[in-house]
Amino acid sequence: MSGLLTRQFSGFTATYRREIGAYFATPMAYVFLAVFLLALGIFTWEAGRFFDTGVADLQPFFMWHPWLYMIFLPALAMRLWADEQASGTDELLLSLPLGIPGLVLGKLFAAWTVAAVGLFLTLPMWVSVNFLGNPDNTAIALAYFVSLLMAGAYLSIGAAISALTGSQVTAFVISVVIAFLFTAAGWPLVLSGVQTVFGAGFADLIARFSFITQFEGAQRGVLELRAVSYFLGFTATFAFLNCLWASRHRLG
Amino acid sequence: MLEVRALEKSYGSKQAVRGVSFTVEKGTVLGFLGPNGAGKSTTMRMIAGVLEPDSGDALIDGKSIIADRRAAQAALGYLPEGAPLYDDMTPPEFLRFLAEARALPRKMRAEAVDRTIADARISAVCHQRIGDLSKGYRRRVGLAGAILHDPPVLVLDEPTDGLDPNQKRAVRALIARMAPTKTIIISTHTLTEVPAMCHRAVLINRGLVIADDTPAGLARRSEDGTLDSAFTRLTDQVEDETL
Repeated sequence: MSGLLTRQFSGFTATYRREIGAYFATPMAYVFLAVFLLALGIFTWEAGRFFDTGVADLQPFFMWHPWLYMIFLPALAMRLWADEQASGTDELLLSLPLGIPGLVLGKLFAAWTVAAVGLFLTLPMWVSVNFLGNPDNTAIALAYFVSLLMAGAYLSIGAAISALTGSQVTAFVISVVIAFLFTAAGWPLVLSGVQTVFGAGFADLIARFSFITQFEGAQRGVLELRAVSYFLGFTATFAFLNCLWASRHRLG
Repeated sequence: MLEVRALEKSYGSKQAVRGVSFTVEKGTVLGFLGPNGAGKSTTMRMIAGVLEPDSGDALIDGKSIIADRRAAQAALGYLPEGAPLYDDMTPPEFLRFLAEARALPRKMRAEAVDRTIADARISAVCHQRIGDLSKGYRRRVGLAGAILHDPPVLVLDEPTDGLDPNQKRAVRALIARMAPTKTIIISTHTLTEVPAMCHRAVLINRGLVIADDTPAGLARRSEDGTLDSAFTRLTDQVEDETL
């Protein structure tokens, strides 16, 4: 059993390091981080009215995470497989004695690490609220943790679709659409529409699959096992699809 | 040793490879010839485990690419057509990535990378990104990647394509140096380099092996005794038969 696992996940470290290198050897990661932080700042201060709430917490900051992830993380993930196909290096990769799951996870975790760096760079905001008042730091740490898990879920969509389409632009567009569906499903505007047409029960079911709904508890500082397992399960599901879609290349 | 057994592959309704078989012994350089679209690359990709055949098998150093893919791939060095590489890496970074991906023992990695850089004669470009290299150097970096783990079997898809005469000579010399201890197959459509580089030539057309001979034996099959006209005669002949 352990032999099987080792074989399947061989190549994880090599792939992870190569992808991290690729993100930081090119301007990609830096541009991503700069624009992501800028957008997060603008939304938090301008749209989220950070200073006007009169409460020292990061609620106006975390509420934008799903929406920004929806746009930014597919952009981060779109190159993972499509780029290999465009440059023909997928052929090189498939000729190595590696398991597809190791490649898939290596790539996904590399993108996830870049997203984690992005989150880490928002820590000055956390420090600021501690100067302004007495926030519940445990609750904020928890929200960060669940936000990172949620980032993994968004990235898994982008990575899987990147393996499916072979074109970065197509991968980006499709991933954003899928990410939008899973985000907006918890949006009151969408939910009330669904409720009118299909009834409250169905609207409730849809809402359960929404990233916004799952992230709500964490924003209030509640650790919900349901949300944690949802995001991990979601990521695992798309990583599995990613494996299938990446293996498909062997069939020609 | 490399044993190719009745490989077949179709893309949709088009049969790209229709039962290709041949065996190559250690110490032999086999030229894999054929017109464009004959199925050369498809066959090589199947041998390398990149593409799954519809039927048939390839044994690399005795290991089946179907039943024991990873062991077979570990024994194989493969240069894909066009030598695709990661442009953002330097050649040593690229080779270190391959060494790690191929799980070479940690202690041997640095040594393998250094030896390969020397063998492929790429030390002059070690500090440049692969994306900035000339075509000749790119091809040599690709070759370096294929020989890094010192595999007993090498499958090189057009290793000299698009190189200038000096670069071609360098690649041929590298192959000649490795030839005695390895099993090598090389695809090419530059026929003039076949007698210089290969001990044996397999000619395929429309997915079928139509000749398997020494380069000299192949050349004798034409009226004027050149490989060029033998190639034309044999591939045209098949075209006439099927038309």
